[in-house]
Amino acid sequence: MNSFFGAGTAIELTYLAATILFILSLKWMNTPSTARHGVWAGEIGMAVAVIGTLLNRGIVDYKWIAIGLVLGTIIGVPLGKVQMTAVPQRTALSHAFGALCVTLVGTSEFYLRTPMVPRFTMSVLSMEVILGSLTFTGSLMAAGKLQELLPQRPITYRGQNLVNLSLLAVAVGVAVYLVLHPGHALLFPLIVGIPLLFGVLMIVPIGGADMPTVISLLNSYAGLSAAAMGFVLNSKLLIIAGALDGASGFILSVNMSKAMNRSFSNVLFGAFGQEQAAVAAADGEARTVRSASAEEAAVILGAANKVVIVPGYGMAVAQAQHKVRELYDVLTKRGVDVKFGIHPVAGRMPGHMNVLLAEADIPYDKLLDMDEINPEFPQTDVALVVGANDVTNPAARNEASSPIFGMPILDVDKARTVMVIKRSMSPGFAGIDNPLYYLDKTLMLFGDAKSFVGAIVRELAGQSA
Amino acid sequence: MNADLITSLYVFVLAGFIGFEVIRRISPLLHTPLMSLTNALDAIAVVGAIIMAGEGKSTLATVLGTIAIVAATSNIVGGFLITDRMLKMFKTSRSQKP
Repeated sequence: MNSFFGAGTAIELTYLAATILFILSLKWMNTPSTARHGVWAGEIGMAVAVIGTLLNRGIVDYKWIAIGLVLGTIIGVPLGKVQMTAVPQRTALSHAFGALCVTLVGTSEFYLRTPMVPRFTMSVLSMEVILGSLTFTGSLMAAGKLQELLPQRPITYRGQNLVNLSLLAVAVGVAVYLVLHPGHALLFPLIVGIPLLFGVLMIVPIGGADMPTVISLLNSYAGLSAAAMGFVLNSKLLIIAGALDGASGFILSVNMSKAMNRSFSNVLFGAFGQEQAAVAAADGEARTVRSASAEEAAVILGAANKVVIVPGYGMAVAQAQHKVRELYDVLTKRGVDVKFGIHPVAGRMPGHMNVLLAEADIPYDKLLDMDEINPEFPQTDVALVVGANDVTNPAARNEASSPIFGMPILDVDKARTVMVIKRSMSPGFAGIDNPLYYLDKTLMLFGDAKSFVGAIVRELAGQSA
Repeated sequence: MNADLITSLYVFVLAGFIGFEVIRRISPLLHTPLMSLTNALDAIAVVGAIIMAGEGKSTLATVLGTIAIVAATSNIVGGFLITDRMLKMFKTSRSQKP
């Protein structure tokens, strides 16, 4: 990018304005009351930067730009209107698109400049295309799993990590060679192709419940690859936007892996699932659980002063959030204090449950995260678990032998009564038995979350009539 | 050229710090819209794609640049749209009394 005096300066100023607006945009995201201003700031910043770019004198032909912008809008609008339950896969898909853009620009930049690519430029360009291409296929795979086009179950085989890491090592090796000898353009497809394959293989062993961490990590990679592109094109705006996105994804990934008490490498390289089968089997002696009907549940809930509802991915699967809202309404009307306790990894992406409950019109001041709600459980009359399992497992707190030992959980077992809506006694994602279900204070409500909550609501409405 | 790269590194590091400080303060309540917003902002990569497609330096650059514009634009449009839709749904118990 050149800087003719005049046009060049004007363009740089639009980028500066966009930078300021982007940072404000994120700053305003910190509370729901200003968050929409954040979106507007982002939109204005984006518009200013795009208009500024269109003024660039290097542009000789606007036809393809126009076609691209129009097509992108046609694809983007429906992607902006998906159902809230489909937001995780939409997000994964958009990481794939972002990474695709970066990879394509990096690739054409290389072919325009080879064989005269300075070493530093070639290093960041390699980073750009390696990160970009593995994020592209990785995100497509994640979207496929979330949309259930691909099996959600982790697929593992012996030597998997060795294969994956060797592939990545080869790609990095080729990149290093290209940095030293940027004229060997024939090798370039390797640093696109190998990471594309790596992206697929990286996601194959990852199961549904690890998705929050993986999506966050892919978010971070997409940001870093965009920042690398900024280095190549010497665009400060792109470096800043990429760094912000990278930081955001990184913070979320750290949050998610902390909430699962696992390290990144463990999420990426230590497929859950298999090793626990043995544990669950050993623990399989018959223990009794108490179950209850909707009628009994309604009586207990109706008599409570304070109820905490703990939603999990099962609520989303059963589309039960609107029935849960009805339950919230009927209980609140009776003067019961109802709150929601939300675990950071409930659902398939960070914040997933909050969005579903907000869509069902539950006020956000009733949605409390784990650290806020945990001190309240001892004063809670009823903790109602809807479609959550491992995040309520007390074994994480007190059984050192449990595979999830150390994972922070919602202390639902400290409430006076626990009710768990569940289809059957089958264990959760991690394949671990949940001792919560065998406590004397626990009532199992067997059935589909949506219809069961609906039945409780009808009972409660009947009682008050 | 070298000075440019060093400046870029400074910019990257500082922006990373700003990112950490700003994003750390965002409530977990809004983490889903945060991700779709940063995704839309990240699609600023479209500026690179626009130049690539418009400079007409090679057929390859024009073709790849155009596809890149499509991908980034769909993120911009879709990302801002869905973020705003999600944020509109967040209401407090005070603001929604019937």
